[in-house]
Order: sequence, then C-alpha cells, then structure tokens
Amino acid sequence: MSLELRGITKAFGSLTVNDSIDLKVEAGQIHAILGENGAGKSTLMNIVYGLLKADSGEIFVDGKIQNISEPSDALSAGIGMVHQHFMLIPVFTVAENIVLGHEKIGKFGVLDIESAREAIIRVSKDFGFSVDPDAIVETLPVGIQQKVEIIRALIYEAKVLILDEPTAVLTPQETDELLKTMQELKSKGTAIIFITHKLREVREVADQITIIRRGKVVGLVSPDTSEGELASLMVGREVDLAPEKHKHEIGNPILIAKNLSVRDAMGTEVVKRINFELRAGEVLAVAGVQGNGQSELARAIVNLEDHIEGSLLLDGKEIRGLSIYDSLHAGIAFIPESRELDGLVGSFSIAENLILDLHDQAPYAKGINLSVQVVSEQAEKRVKEFDIRLQSVSDAVSTLSGGNKQKVVIARELSRPIKVLVASQPTRGLDVGSIEFVHERILSERDAGRGVILFSTELEEVLALADRIAVMYRGEIIEIVDSKVSKEELGLLMAGVVKSKAGS
Amino acid sequence: MKNLVSKFGQTAKLPALSFALAFSITGLLIAFSDSKVLAKIGSPIEFIKSGLATIGNAYLALFQGSIFDINLARGNSFFQGFYPLSETIVTATPLILTGLSVALAFRSGLFNIGAQGQFIFGAIGASYVGFHFNLPTVIHILFAALAGIVLAAIWGGIVGILKAKTGAHEVILTIMMNYIAGYFILWILKTKPFLRPGRIDPIAPEVGLSARLPLLAGENLRIHAGIFIALASALFVWWLLAKTTIGFKFRAVGANSQAARTAGISVPFVVTSTMAICGGLAGLGGAVHVMGSAHALNTDVAGSFGFDAITVALLGRAQPLGTVFAALLFGALRAGGRTMQSNTGTPLDIVLVTQALIVLFIAAPTFVRFIFRLKKLSSSASLTSKGWNG
Amino acid sequence: MSEIRTSVEKRRIRGIGVLSIFSAASFIYFGLLNSASEKTTFGFVLDNEWVIMKEWVISSASGSRIFSTLAILASISAILAYRKKIAVTIPASVATFGIFMSFLTWIAAGKFIPLTGLLQGALLLAVPLVFGSMSGLICERSGVINIAIEGQLLASAFVSGVVASLTHKSIWGLIAAPIAGAAISFLLATFAIKFSVDQVILGFVINVLVIGLTNFLYKKLLIPYQSTWNTAPTFEHIKIPILSKIPIIGPILFSQSIVVYLMYVIVAGITFALYKTKWGLRTRAIGEHPTAADTVGIDVNRMRFKNVLIAGLVAGVGGAYFTVGSVGSFGKEMTAGAGFIALAALIFGKWSPIGALMAALLFGFADNLQSTLTIIGVSIPSEFMLMVPYIATIIAVTGLVGRVRAPAADGIPYLRGGAH
Repeated sequence: MSLELRGITKAFGSLTVNDSIDLKVEAGQIHAILGENGAGKSTLMNIVYGLLKADSGEIFVDGKIQNISEPSDALSAGIGMVHQHFMLIPVFTVAENIVLGHEKIGKFGVLDIESAREAIIRVSKDFGFSVDPDAIVETLPVGIQQKVEIIRALIYEAKVLILDEPTAVLTPQETDELLKTMQELKSKGTAIIFITHKLREVREVADQITIIRRGKVVGLVSPDTSEGELASLMVGREVDLAPEKHKHEIGNPILIAKNLSVRDAMGTEVVKRINFELRAGEVLAVAGVQGNGQSELARAIVNLEDHIEGSLLLDGKEIRGLSIYDSLHAGIAFIPESRELDGLVGSFSIAENLILDLHDQAPYAKGINLSVQVVSEQAEKRVKEFDIRLQSVSDAVSTLSGGNKQKVVIARELSRPIKVLVASQPTRGLDVGSIEFVHERILSERDAGRGVILFSTELEEVLALADRIAVMYRGEIIEIVDSKVSKEELGLLMAGVVKSKAGS
Repeated sequence: MKNLVSKFGQTAKLPALSFALAFSITGLLIAFSDSKVLAKIGSPIEFIKSGLATIGNAYLALFQGSIFDINLARGNSFFQGFYPLSETIVTATPLILTGLSVALAFRSGLFNIGAQGQFIFGAIGASYVGFHFNLPTVIHILFAALAGIVLAAIWGGIVGILKAKTGAHEVILTIMMNYIAGYFILWILKTKPFLRPGRIDPIAPEVGLSARLPLLAGENLRIHAGIFIALASALFVWWLLAKTTIGFKFRAVGANSQAARTAGISVPFVVTSTMAICGGLAGLGGAVHVMGSAHALNTDVAGSFGFDAITVALLGRAQPLGTVFAALLFGALRAGGRTMQSNTGTPLDIVLVTQALIVLFIAAPTFVRFIFRLKKLSSSASLTSKGWNG
Repeated sequence: MSEIRTSVEKRRIRGIGVLSIFSAASFIYFGLLNSASEKTTFGFVLDNEWVIMKEWVISSASGSRIFSTLAILASISAILAYRKKIAVTIPASVATFGIFMSFLTWIAAGKFIPLTGLLQGALLLAVPLVFGSMSGLICERSGVINIAIEGQLLASAFVSGVVASLTHKSIWGLIAAPIAGAAISFLLATFAIKFSVDQVILGFVINVLVIGLTNFLYKKLLIPYQSTWNTAPTFEHIKIPILSKIPIIGPILFSQSIVVYLMYVIVAGITFALYKTKWGLRTRAIGEHPTAADTVGIDVNRMRFKNVLIAGLVAGVGGAYFTVGSVGSFGKEMTAGAGFIALAALIFGKWSPIGALMAALLFGFADNLQSTLTIIGVSIPSEFMLMVPYIATIIAVTGLVGRVRAPAADGIPYLRGGAH
C-alpha cells in the first residue's frame, strides 16, 4: 500500500504551519520526516490521521483519493499511528487498551477481552516483545507503553505506520531495538513514516528523507547525505552544534546531596538515596532516559516535592525541609521542566511574571503595597538585558513564543542573588536560536562561578555543556563520569549497564 | 472618541443581547402561564395582544417596584416615589457583600458556594452582640460588625484549612458547611440566650437601637448606611487585588497555582486566607443585614443572599465593580419582583428564572453569538472553576 | 531498613487509632458511666414476615457494655491484622457496628427502637440519593461534571407529579419523569459540550433555573388548580412472594413500590455495563483520556452527550420517587438538597456504583436515625443529628477514608487538537 500527500496546507490563525506539503511513501519503505521542533511535523501527521482538518490538499491511498476527516477513517484506510504522547488510557490494562475502539461482543453483551489477550501474546512472540496483557498501563515503563502502541497497530493490520518522535523517550539501546523492529516491519511490507529530529537515526534506517522547515518541504534527500548537510537544511543556516566552553578553575563544593530520597504520593521511592557534590563553576549534567527520577530530583532541590529524606547542603547549610520560598531565596535558581505549567502564569503580564518570586520584596513592595510603577520599570530593564522580543511588558505572557517565554523564566530566576542554578530540560521544544541563547546563559553562569545542575534527556546537549555527567537509572545515580565519555558508553549507562558489571 | 464609542458598543453588545434574551424568555413564560391569556388562544390577534399586555404589565410592575413609583410620589411627597429604589438598595446591600465574597474566591481560583453559611454566622454574631450588650452607638455597631466578621471568617477559614491540608474540594466542603450552618441556626434560635422574652417561636430579640445602622432618608424609607459599608468593601477588594502583594499572590494562585507554587508562593496560605477573607465579607453581609434592615435573627434570616451571591459574582465577572452593578440589578429584580407578585399575581420566583438565564447566557457567549448569528470578534477570557482533581 | 510511612499507611493508622479511641470512649461513656436503670427494647418485626424474634429487651448499661466490649475486641484485632498486613475491613466494620449499637442502647434507655423500621426508612430515604448519584456517576465517568442533579430530580418530580395528576395514572408519571430528567440533561449537555461552558457554574445555574421555574409554576398552576394539577396517585407496594417473608430483610427490601425495584435493577445494570460492556469501556475511556479515545475512532463529544442524556433518564426515575413513588403531590422545592447529598455520595463512594450506593444508604440511614431518635424523644437536639450526613461527607472528602480520585478528564471540555 502507498500513501501520498499532495499540497497539504494548514494554518492556525495567521500562522501557516503546513504550507502545501507533498510526500509519498511506498509499501516496504521507511520515509523519514526530519525537522526542528515546531516545524509542523506533528500537525502534518495529525492531519493524515484525521485529528486535524487540512485547509487544502489531498491524501491518496494506493493512488485513490481518500477523505480522512476522523481517526476512524484513517484506521479503516489502514493507517496506524504511534503518537508522541502515548494514546493509552493509563488506568486500563494493556488488553483493555487494545480492545478500545475495536470491541468485540461476546455472550450476554459482555465484552470479549480474551481474544485480544491472545492476539497480544501472539504478536509479542512474533516480534520478541515481552508485554503482559493484564498489566495496568500506568505501571509500565515508557518503552513498554510504546510497544503496546506498536502492538495495537500490528493487531489491527496497519499497512502504513506513522511513528511520531518515537525515540524521544527511549535509551540508545531501546532506540536500536525500535529501529530493528522498523526494519522487520519494512521487510514484511509495511510503509513507515518516521518523524524525528535526530540525524543519526534517520541516516541509519530511512530510505528517503523529507526535510521540513517552518511548515515547508525544503528537501527530499537520500540517507547518505552528510549530517552537517541535513542539519543546515533543517535549520536553514550553518549550525555550530557545540557551543564554546572556556577552560577555567572549578571551585569548592557548593551543593552537596547526601542519601537524598524522594517518594511519590503512593509512597514509592522515585529517587533512591542519591549522593553528589556540585562544585562552584561547574556544570553537572544529570543524564538519563525520561522517567528515571530526574524530574523529581530537580524538584526536590527546591523542596517542591512533598516527601524528601536525607540531606541537602547549600554552602554548608541544610536546606532540605525549607519552604519553596526559602529554598529559592537561599540562592537557588530553578528553571522548571514545563514553562507553561510550572514556569509562568499565562494570563499574567510579562512584568508580573518577572517578579513572581520577588513581588513581596523591596523595591517592588512596601509593606503589603505593591508598586506597579517599579514593577514595570524593572521589567523593561530585564527585557533589554535578556533580549526578550515583545510589544509591551503589560501584555499577557501567553502571547509570547516558546523561546521568549523561556527567556522570561530565565530572566526571573537569574534576577536573585544565586549560588546554584537548577535547570530542568531548559531547551525542550525550543528552536535552534533560542537553544543557543539558553546554552550561552548556562555557560556564563558557570563561568561566573555558580554551580549549575542541568537535567537533560538530550545526549548532545549533555555532552556539549557538562563538565561532569551523572547518569540516573531507576531513581539512582549509577555513575558519575567525565564529560569526555563516548556516546556509546553513556547510552549503556542510561540503560542501567554499569562498566564494571558490563564485562561479566 | 468614535473609536471608543464603537469599542464600548462591541463590549456591551453581548451582555445586552444576553439580557434581552433572558427577559424575552421570561416574558413568554409569564404570558403562557396566564389563564386569561391562554383563554384567548382561539384568536391569534387577541391572543398576542393580551399576551403582550400581560408581559407589559408585569414588567411595568417590576419597574415600579424597583426604581420609582409614581403612585407613591403623588400621595405624600414626591420623594416617597423613590421608596422602591430604596428597597432595591436595601436588598442589594447584603448581596454586594456576599457577591464580593464569591468574586474574591473566584480570583484565587476557588469556588465559594459557602457564602450562605458564612452569612448566617455573620448574622448570628452581629445579632448576639447587638441585643446582648449595651454600648455607645458607633462602638456598638463596630463591635457587632466585628463579631459577625470574625465568626464568619472562622467558618470560612475552616474550609480553607481543610482544603489546604487535605486537598478536599471546596465546592463539596462549602455545600456541606452551608447545611451545617443552616441546622446550627435552627438550633441556636431554640437556645435560651437567643429566645426572645415572652416568645416561644424561634426568633431572637431585636438588636439594640445603638447597634442599628442609621437610616439615610428618613423614617419612611428603609435605605440605611449599610450601602456605604458595601461600597467601601468593594473598594477594599479592588485595592487588595490590584494594589497589594497579598492580592498578587491570590491572583497568581488563581491563574496558575502550580507556577505560583514553583515561584515560592504558598498555596495553602492563599487558600486559607482567601477563604477567611471571603467568610469575613459574607459575614459582614449578614451583620449589615441584621443591623440595617432585619434587626432580629430568625430561621430564614439568610434568605437566599448566599446563593444569589454566586449568580451575582458570575454576572459581575468576579470584578468588584461588576459585582456591585450585578448586585444592584438583582436587588432591583428582587424588590420589583415583590411588587410584580402583589400587583399582577406573577410569582416572585420568576425572578430566579431571569437571573439564571442571564448568567447562563453571559457564561456562554458562543451560544448568544450562535442565536443572533454574530461573528466572533475576539475571545474574551471566561470564568472557569476547576474539576474535582484541580 | 528505614521505616518511612507513606500517606496511605498513615491514613490507615490514623483510622484504626480513631476507631480504638472511640471504642474505649464508648465503653467508658455509654457503658461504665451509664446510670440509667431502664431497659432498651429493639423491635425486629415490621410486617407479616416469618418471625424469629419479635423484640429484644436489654438493660441499657449492660447492653452498652457488651457492644462496646465487642468494639474494643474488634479494634484490637484490627491492630493485629494491620501488624500482620492483613486486610482490616472486617474488624473495622465490626468495631464501627459495636460503637454504634453501644450508642443506640445508651441513648434509647427506657425506649423502644424499631430496628427493622429504622432500616426500611433508611432505604426509602436513600432511594432518590441512589438515583441521583447514579446520574452523577454516568456523567462524571464520561468526563462531564454534574452539579445539576438537584435540578434533574426537582424537574422530574414536578413533571411526574403533574402528569400523574392529569392522567390519574401513576405509571404515566413514572414514564414522564425520565423525559423531564433528560430534558435538563439536554440543557447541561448542550451548554457543557457544545458551548464549553464551565460545568460547575453551569450545573449551579441550571439548579437555580429549575428551582425558579418549578416554584413559579407551582404557585401559578399547582396551588390554584390543585384538584386537577396536583393530586397524583401513588404506586401500591408490591410484595414479592417468599422473598418478602424473609425475617428482617424481607419486608425491608422486598415489600416496596416499583420505583425501589427499578433502583435495584438500575444499580445492578450500571455496575455490569460500566465494567463489562463495550459501552462501559468507552465511557470510562472518554472520562479518563478523551484524546486517546478519539484516536481509536470514538466520537468523544457525541458519546458524552448521549451519556449525559442517559444520566438524565436515571435521575428522572429518582425524581418520580418524590411524587408518585411516595407522597403523590408535588411540594415546593421538595427535593430539599437531595441532589447535593447524591453528589456527596458519589464522591464518598469514589465514583464507583457500589460505593455510591453504600454511601447513599449510609446517608439515608443517618437521616432516618435522626428522625427516629427525635420521635422517641432523646436528649440530643435533632439539628445535630441532621448535620451527620454533611459532617460525614466532610470527613470523607478530607481523606479519612482515603484519597478520592475523580476520572482524570472530569469537567474538561474536549476540543480536538488541544487549544489552538
């Protein structure tokens, strides 16, 4: 079966996210779509899958025009999709999730789950997956959840399989496994659309590569194109993938964690007796596959988590158990993982967001009186300093682009006297220009003698910025290594394989 | 200038249409439930004529009962014609205060359905101080108001503490607290200190003359100084929200509690203090009602001031000034509704229908646009509360 | 090993602790300090069922002591069971029963407690609560918050009363009531789903609307023309052969009007449908993760709309209970907040049909206990007894019975493709 898109165009308001895109994928072929965050890849795929409606353009299946306005149309046309954010019901079992939407009815109107269980076991065997059909989805690791999605597509015999950023949540080893599964599917005649922004993966498996930039197709190339060429096509200019890092003296330990543990509301230990020393003037990167306790550790440093045990010394003083306010004002800057949810109050003005943490201190407040005048004056200064692009500081922060929103967060967090910067996924979802800005800021804090602890799931980012790298796996720091570590070694560590044990 | 006018026209268009729609539907209801109108259903013209006449009479009575009554003006003095307006303001005064209570909670992201219970405790406090003590007039008023505020602030604060400590949803908590307050007043009116000497029915002694709010326009009109207390409270809420660090915290938590918490704002503090202040406002409403017009506590002293407060705050879009206007409007509907009931036999309860419809249409701008086939101009922020998990 | 107690464990310990203290306190207060020399009488017979024991007479003091001793023993076994990590449900329930009976024997010294009557009354008071909470359940499991249960009950009570009066047949009242409930649901669904109005606010406004409308029509039509508009006949009680003869539970459960039997059928039906059928799977899916349901081809908003209408039908039967199911004629605001108690029962019951049923029964029981005790004349003011269901709900939602988790997408309108 073949799938062809002709002239797909889609705009949200005045912003055209897909501009007459053409694309063709044949049976037994892997077609990669490469593009930056925000280039319009996911929108395109949501159109193909019937979740969004294109403003114009046509979709052809096997040469015949196909009207896809609902996901059910896509499903019946043989199109399956593994979504970037998994489309599984967390409180359902694997089998219930597979059954959903394709229910078979047994005796007395009772739902037939049994045949789905058998199908799951059969497909798992065929592809060497180990998936328990009766497990509750929310208790499964993300890698397995993704396999559930693939199994679903296979059980319902998808002839075209769309994989939307499937490797973002996987370890390098799991990624290799997925790439192998893709090859296998390809050899069985499935057409695969593989969406990613990772160059290595594309060159490894793709038969053809379509590159999208700002909603437009800017190239259709073969996989032997060099990484540099792919990167400049994707970004639109020559990119220096590694920022410059000055050599300098590293100081004394400034943040020391001793046997630090974090439990979630259910009492499960998500961070397990962690020890590390962060020194002034260094970037300590915490690497690992998403969901191995990094988010919780980052939040625990500013006491955002509810159940923390152990000790956390900032400049020799115990800060565990302080209020969030006191933690921040003890000298920690915190860039949270989600700008929209945790970093900013969307309906507040830019000026107000810039003083979210300092609103009750001089010069912004006198007693309980808030000085609106001073707030906007200070905001103007910050906006200049951090090059935030906006119309007015009194506009709602939600009107800004992702990169400018992140600048607001960073500007706010760096406006207090700080000793340590905690940055959690600071470049997630940003365009290349903003990523460069964030990287420069992080390095300048390091050079100014602050301790920086960077949480990132992007290997390139970790390798480019870190002085030392701590690898987290299942809530533990299993190894702290030098930044000269190879990608392969780091990948093995992220999968939980420690060097000393690897040999045996 | 022209620009400004057209801009005002645009913003006032939807509310105006919502009102028109609500009053039209209510009018139809009045006409179609009237036996005299229904009797003429045989001839369409007569039917429409008498239908319109019935609606016209009802709405005329509504106006007469809420703004100005020419008949009263003809009699004793012209001034007496404003008796209805005085009634409107008397009804609106406690509504402004309870409405502010609900509105302030909305701004902190809380849905305070508990104004009714808070009002009751405010009334109990003011009533007790009012009839039990003998004090110089200004001090007595202040003391009684304070007693009402404090009792109600504690009652509201309990909800805040429970929510802050356990995460229980305030909608459920306040609904339950309303019932408990309702039974509490039934009980306390049977207790010895609250029984009026010589009476066995549940009615408390009247508050002393020194604890009554001064009348503003002579003995014949009921309008009292409570309206100034209510307006001052609206000013206070505006100042608190716009000009203080506490208000900043309230608004930040209301708009995005997660981000506020991440930036170091204490959500439990905001929840507890908001509910306490909201309790105090509603309690002041109860106190003003007792000291200004009711004078004595009875089982129905709270009427529906606490429940109407929710519609008032919604209509006022949780803004202090908007709440004042909304309360005046609903006060007018209430006062006029009484006249409508006695003059035309249209039950007062129709006013509830009008209120509900107005709020429903205001809350659903897309619906009003849909009915009137209007194009969408700009999306205005609408009030939302959070689901059970939020 | 460092023993760190999680919040779940802490809550369990707190619960057992409270129970133990109450057991001991009831032994001291109701048992030892009981100076009453009278006897307490419990009645067991309600109707013409087979009789095992007609009544049971016991001295108030020793009865209280016996029951509170039982409670203490059960508390101790609960502690032991917790230590050994065995489920504590049974000993905890026995302890609660013991404390309660000890209280009852103490308070009713010298009086007669009709125990079966107490239970039957509890069931009857619970009927509208059960229907209401089932209505809430269907809506909220689908992801639509239903605060308008009160409005659904009141509107359908009104309509069933009027229709039964006009037709002189109670069955027409019962048929019309669900339609009225569904009409209110239609309003809720249209504004919540089609126009994305905030559902808590919407439900509240709908309640005000229905109260205003029914009050208006009541005064305009039902009072002046009472003989034609408000004289609804009621249903006869149907005795189910054999079952109604079972001692104690027979007359309670199986000598009721058709509305009560409908309740059994509807609760069983919803429980089965929610967990065992295609409809149930899809309903739970759209309430938890509507986007995921959409991607497998389920029309989320259409299904939500349909389910809200079904919920209206269910609430409608509960509304009919107020008129044709019990007293016949309609009274102004006769539901008197039952819809809000039903909502509380739903939350107390953690959004499960059986849980909501149990909670509704508990609230009905507390209500009836209050009126029974007031009738036999005890020293506690009836107002405090009336507060019990509300205080119980506050205790429930503040976490003594465990953190409740609503369906994840409850109250959030579904817009495809997120907020663009």
